[in-house]
Amino acid sequence: MMPLSLPMQTVESTQVGEPWLNMTIFGLFVAVTLVIVLRASRNTKTAADYYAAGRSFSGPQNGTAIAGDYLSAASFLGIVGAIAINGYDGFLYSIGFLVAWLVALLLVAELLRNTGKFTMADVLSFRLRQRPVRIAAAITTLAVCFFYLLAQMAGAGGLVSLLLGIDDRLGQSLVITVVGGLMILYVLIGGMKGTTWVQIIKAVMLITGAFVMTIWVLAIHNFNLSTLLGAAMETAGNPEIINPGLQYGVSSTSQLDFVSLALALVLGTAALPHVLMRFYTVPTAKEARRSVVWAIWLIGGFYLFTLVLGYGAGALIGADRITAAPGGVNSAAPLLAFELGGPILLGVISAVAFATILAVVAGLTITAAASFAHDIYANVIRKGNLDPDGEVKVARRTVVVIGILSILGGIGAQGQNIAFLVALAFAVAASANLPTILYSLFWKRFNTQGAIWSMYGGLGSAMLLIAFSPVVSGRETSMIQGADFVLFPLNNPGIVSIPLAFFLGWLGSVLAKTTEDPQKQAEMEVRSLTGVGAEKATEH
Amino acid sequence: MATEPSPPDAGTAAPVDFTAYQQNPQFKELRKRHRSFVFPMAVFFLLWYFLYVLLASYATDFMSTPVWGNINIGLIMGLLQFVTTFAITMGYVTYANRKLDPIAADIRHELEATAPEVFTEKPGATK
Repeated sequence: MMPLSLPMQTVESTQVGEPWLNMTIFGLFVAVTLVIVLRASRNTKTAADYYAAGRSFSGPQNGTAIAGDYLSAASFLGIVGAIAINGYDGFLYSIGFLVAWLVALLLVAELLRNTGKFTMADVLSFRLRQRPVRIAAAITTLAVCFFYLLAQMAGAGGLVSLLLGIDDRLGQSLVITVVGGLMILYVLIGGMKGTTWVQIIKAVMLITGAFVMTIWVLAIHNFNLSTLLGAAMETAGNPEIINPGLQYGVSSTSQLDFVSLALALVLGTAALPHVLMRFYTVPTAKEARRSVVWAIWLIGGFYLFTLVLGYGAGALIGADRITAAPGGVNSAAPLLAFELGGPILLGVISAVAFATILAVVAGLTITAAASFAHDIYANVIRKGNLDPDGEVKVARRTVVVIGILSILGGIGAQGQNIAFLVALAFAVAASANLPTILYSLFWKRFNTQGAIWSMYGGLGSAMLLIAFSPVVSGRETSMIQGADFVLFPLNNPGIVSIPLAFFLGWLGSVLAKTTEDPQKQAEMEVRSLTGVGAEKATEH
Repeated sequence: MATEPSPPDAGTAAPVDFTAYQQNPQFKELRKRHRSFVFPMAVFFLLWYFLYVLLASYATDFMSTPVWGNINIGLIMGLLQFVTTFAITMGYVTYANRKLDPIAADIRHELEATAPEVFTEKPGATK
């Protein structure tokens, strides 16, 4: 076991590294991606171009973009920090986030690609009554995107305090505004094509960066995982860091909370609207399958890196210094970069973290804009009597509105726990969307009433349980200080709201007096499995 | 360039009798092959995942048993989740390429040949 002296113990100041170097590297990323977005946007003419990048990406490209979309700031900063401080329990997140992709691969991706066009609502309303189902699906889409957006924007604010040495609220708000403004620009100009390229570049940067750091940490510990774990135990002064239970084992409530979180993680991914929308950017169902396969390898590899990085941060820096640093838990990865490669590596990793936030936020914004313009405006308000140019115009305006809302929300959500907000988005997605997606793809008797009950029931119960959970009130770490209206003991609502939504979907279908058109059900089944008549790539 | 037809109502009034086609033996075979793979596999990985989650949550002593150096059963089980995820992915791709894609392509071509006006002219738009 190598003795661990901590020469950097005195560095407890408000920031590390060179803010100007960090900003320069990030500026470089912005400049390069902006040029690519501008070039990509030249061919964006139709709605299929704007929402689905002309369905022209290959499986590997889309898989990389999915990894870029999925590996958010919560994954990178949050999980590395969680492992550094809570040890094994942080690793549990990674596993849930990865295994969840099997739901997407086996049950959702290809069938969805074959039946839909631009949004999740296209699939859900295929054989059910258009108006009510579309409205419900658009509302759940917007709700999930909103929570996810808040998490990312709040993360941007927290990151700034560490990396740029901007501690005050005004400075952080300014940076959130800049990040939001950039994102609006990307999505407005580049549409899905520009967004996809930003995500691809970011995924390559993030995974390469994490890989280099992983090798570095392993090299310090003789490429021996056991040695690394030993070093982490020694720094932590607690051998329990390699065992499960440090965070979730403290009481029976926290154990149940963990099961609830695990359920939301594994069932949430395949119901995230911004992930689902990515499957429309490839020309065929087979390419959609290849996308998921690429995504699984990249995401799986990345989560293995985070295991090493998390324990590496625990060993080389230690939980005390991480929690004392501005940005708290989220600062473990940047601090590790500084420890390993000095200000330059810190600058690169910071730029990657910013790029991560920017790319995820762009993906969410275009999803939310498509859902509003395509589902609510074009199909419900204008009842389909809107030419595609008009729809894209509405979508672009929506991008600006959503961008401004998320900037304001991000400023308001500063200091909130990023991982919590993301887990919340997963729970809402798994409750509100997944039952209806699975029922409409696989259960013949499913009908409009079942869909409506399941979507609103899942969304409503998840939100209510969160509102009355310890997350919102009753604890020192709660959102609302000094109030206590806790009625539900768990932080994550999944264990109640997900089964409830499945049950309501079944009950509503069984009790419905009207029946759906069997022809439509047959058409959906034939289309979903064979890909007949599926949307093809546009040519330019 | 392609102009995008006005938005969905996907599949309204298609002049193809899908209800009849649903009973087509070839299509039924495709559906059977698809479901007989994905359903058991989905049940398997969910059970395996929840076994892991419950052990990590409630059987912490067992999971903390050292196996080799500082590496314990919990870590090995966690890494095995990665292994099974990768293995199921590869298994499904092989299965789909061999058993699903050819038959799906046959049906697709047959349907597109019987009703070209529905499926080829304006892809996806049946309005």
